[in-house]
Amino acid sequence: MAGAAYGGWLFYLAATGGLGVEPIEALEHAYGKMAIQLILAGLAVTPLRQHLGLNLLCWRRAIGVLAFFFVLAHLLVWALLDVQLISAMWADVVKRPYVTIGMAGFLCLIPLGVTSNNLAVRKIGPVAWRKLHKLAYPAAVLGAVHYVWLAKGFQIEPLIYLAITLALLATRFRTTKARLA
Amino acid sequence: MARRYTSNLTWDDVTPEHLFLNRRQLIAGSGAMLGAGLIGGSAQAQEAMEAMEPNTFEEITTYNNFYEFGTGKDDPARNAHTLVTSPWSVEIDGLVDNPGTYSFEDIMSEVEVEERIYRLRCVEAWSMVVPWNGFELADLLNRVGVQDGARYVAFETANRPDEMPGLRSPVLDWPYREGLRLDEAMHPLTIMATGIYGRDIPNQNGAPMRLVVPWKYGYKSIKSIVRISLVEDQPRASWNEYSANEYGFYSNVNPEVDHPRWSQASERRIGGGLFAQRQPTLMFNGYADEVTSLYEGMDLDEFH
Repeated sequence: MAGAAYGGWLFYLAATGGLGVEPIEALEHAYGKMAIQLILAGLAVTPLRQHLGLNLLCWRRAIGVLAFFFVLAHLLVWALLDVQLISAMWADVVKRPYVTIGMAGFLCLIPLGVTSNNLAVRKIGPVAWRKLHKLAYPAAVLGAVHYVWLAKGFQIEPLIYLAITLALLATRFRTTKARLA
Repeated sequence: MARRYTSNLTWDDVTPEHLFLNRRQLIAGSGAMLGAGLIGGSAQAQEAMEAMEPNTFEEITTYNNFYEFGTGKDDPARNAHTLVTSPWSVEIDGLVDNPGTYSFEDIMSEVEVEERIYRLRCVEAWSMVVPWNGFELADLLNRVGVQDGARYVAFETANRPDEMPGLRSPVLDWPYREGLRLDEAMHPLTIMATGIYGRDIPNQNGAPMRLVVPWKYGYKSIKSIVRISLVEDQPRASWNEYSANEYGFYSNVNPEVDHPRWSQASERRIGGGLFAQRQPTLMFNGYADEVTSLYEGMDLDEFH
């Protein structure tokens, strides 16, 4: 709830000049960055529990839902306020690789967003549900690459996000291997 | 010998004064239509007039790309105060009759400063209208004497990591460099800007002296210049070196040649707020009448 309110607050700031003289880009970037931060926070829950004994598992679904909310908001700002035309949107998705992978990342998140409620968990069953929600991994990588790709010049910040994403996924890969051995 | 470029229309007489307050040097791509329309007072002319309404001083000075002070749009306004712009000198060298280090005051003593209201189109597909004060680059080049063999002009931005925190990040291969073909540099639209809205140009906009080439993407208009070299071969240009297929040497505003990662067909005018409509981008940023002849016979797709 607090997260959704924060998204609304950003929108209010953008509409009233609080995000500077170019609010469309500022809002788009603010939502996008919040989304990737939340995705990474969600991915950090398991390694934190395994390696540091910090159990935030009860928060994970809320983090995930909020991440989905911000990705959706990011996408809507891009579509409705930035690009504005359906034809231009489609042209971007087809022609611009960084838009294509951003959209692919969003598609990965749709099934996660719609199944993040108790009813869906019960219907699908916890094992299949957990398997389905591994789609968060490719979504995270696609999101981070999307961010790296749109940067102009050699910029450190998006690369740091990509590195954290890969590191968080690597902890899982290692744990799985250890379990198999 | 400035004021070579003035509108050949004399509509000052017939236009209500409030419409041209501070706009005597109004330079619109479609100048003829604009002038004629104003006489008739048509809605179209009104629209064209509004399209050239300058952005506010705040907009122009808080939304900047000047990576020497950080990559965020608000970084330059926050960080550029550390740049020491006085004293300032520009080294002019290469194929010139009078090479040397020219102080800012020396340069200014021999030129005529005038107001030029120009569109500014960034390669990132946003735009502004800026009322610059400056002088024609041709005046300075003529003063130092361009020698016969010179075909290009190379520019360099100050490279002072102590005063420009962004230089500590390898975003580009510093110092920032840009270049023009000699005929582009000598074109009457090409100015060295030293002011905005009649005030000294703020550091974040390229103090004390920056290039403005209004028909090219903004990054060609190099800021805080410390060196000008007249050379024979096409000089280095920072963005071009970073990614040649994205940032051509010419970088003329062209709605038909997209940046590989985004469309250049339209732009967002700064100042329109959260629900502003995109506007179509004009060929040569609206200065086609003035500059198309420079590129006759060139494939603008190849030489983008």
